[in-house]
Amino acid sequence: MSEIMATTGELSASDRRDHILARIGWDRMGHKVVPGLYRLGDPAPDAPVFVTSNYSLSFYALRSGIAGMDAYILVLDTHGINVWCAAGKGTFGAEEIIKRIEVTRLREVVQQRTIILPQLGAPGVNAHEVRQRSGFKVEYGPVLASDVKEYMKDHRATAEMRRVRFPLRDRMVLVPVEVVNYSKFLIPAALVMLLLGGLMGLFAVLVVAIFGLVFFPMFLPFIPTRQFSSKGLIIGFLGGLVFVSSQVWLGGSIFGMTGLIKAIAEVLLIAPPVAYFALNFTGSSPIASRTGVKREIFRYIPMFVIMIALGAILIAISAFAPLGWSL
Amino acid sequence: MNIMQVTDEPVSLEVVANEMNTLKYYPQRCVNCGMCINVCPHGVFMPDGGKVKIADHSGCIECGACKMNCPAAAIDVDSGVGCAAAMIRAALTGKKEPTCGPDCCSN
Repeated sequence: MSEIMATTGELSASDRRDHILARIGWDRMGHKVVPGLYRLGDPAPDAPVFVTSNYSLSFYALRSGIAGMDAYILVLDTHGINVWCAAGKGTFGAEEIIKRIEVTRLREVVQQRTIILPQLGAPGVNAHEVRQRSGFKVEYGPVLASDVKEYMKDHRATAEMRRVRFPLRDRMVLVPVEVVNYSKFLIPAALVMLLLGGLMGLFAVLVVAIFGLVFFPMFLPFIPTRQFSSKGLIIGFLGGLVFVSSQVWLGGSIFGMTGLIKAIAEVLLIAPPVAYFALNFTGSSPIASRTGVKREIFRYIPMFVIMIALGAILIAISAFAPLGWSL
Repeated sequence: MNIMQVTDEPVSLEVVANEMNTLKYYPQRCVNCGMCINVCPHGVFMPDGGKVKIADHSGCIECGACKMNCPAAAIDVDSGVGCAAAMIRAALTGKKEPTCGPDCCSN
């Protein structure tokens, strides 16, 4: 019989350090806890059993949410992936639940026959199958671990507890990890642009990064239009305008044919990469559907390519024009 | 007396569908267990007397939780993950969409 491991509702200093490292994208696949059965407090045989994934942040959230309770926690092996993402792929699913119940001999540890799952595990779990094959009834708790204590009062979640929200805090916490993920493209791009366009070239990459990876998630619900890509184009155009106006502020000119063509080219070159970051943010959000994203890819990627091609042609024209081309 | 085929399903099965996503609901099959209302993270379903009703079809993100947990096969949805990065990667490499983890988003 596998050991029942002890855990606490309070997070330790090393838990908190691990949390911060996960949030900055350090060793992305390394934030795991050992799958198995944990004891929180001093649970009796009729104590509730909560199920979670073995991504350490999922485990921390649950522990903090039920701090002070006496309960068991059944940690599934989802290879260090959070509940929602693992459920989407089926690793947080009936097979693993049934196997983990067997391995931990949960039937002998507790007398009651209910396990409480996070609601966001539901896409991967067939509750009826779990009951038939393991004898344990699946109860879906609320979306957030912080609502679990409230839920436990009468085993009912309010409609609000059942809704997944994507508030500012949840969006902004993703920024560091997004920046780290994209740094393998952003750093080479910054070097190339520095060589091609000097400090203004470098500044262009910075504008793309800030508008695409910070301002887009920050203002997401407030940007008009429904699709991520069109929202991204709006933010990208604003980024382009900021870039052009900062050049004017630095003494450049958008007046005259050459200046105007160059300004249009810059906006056309800055908006698509910002919108591309926006499109890719779909995967980080709990609000995008597969059908919707597929439609966006077919509709907007060709548009981005055309805009960039047009921008490149215009920037070439504006660069060669002073050399004697007449427009 | 004619021998009639006994089926618990009506000949024409009513289906509630929409343009924005692949969610389909067959109200005649609904046994009103309320599981879909519990698992949906976007409030797509709501109680309506003896059967569940679709309250907000456009809210569906095709996560598949309702279909997975419906004991009566009253819901169908082509579920999947709405992640552009995975779909673009699949298109570029010609492979199946990668799953979150070592193959995607982690390096």
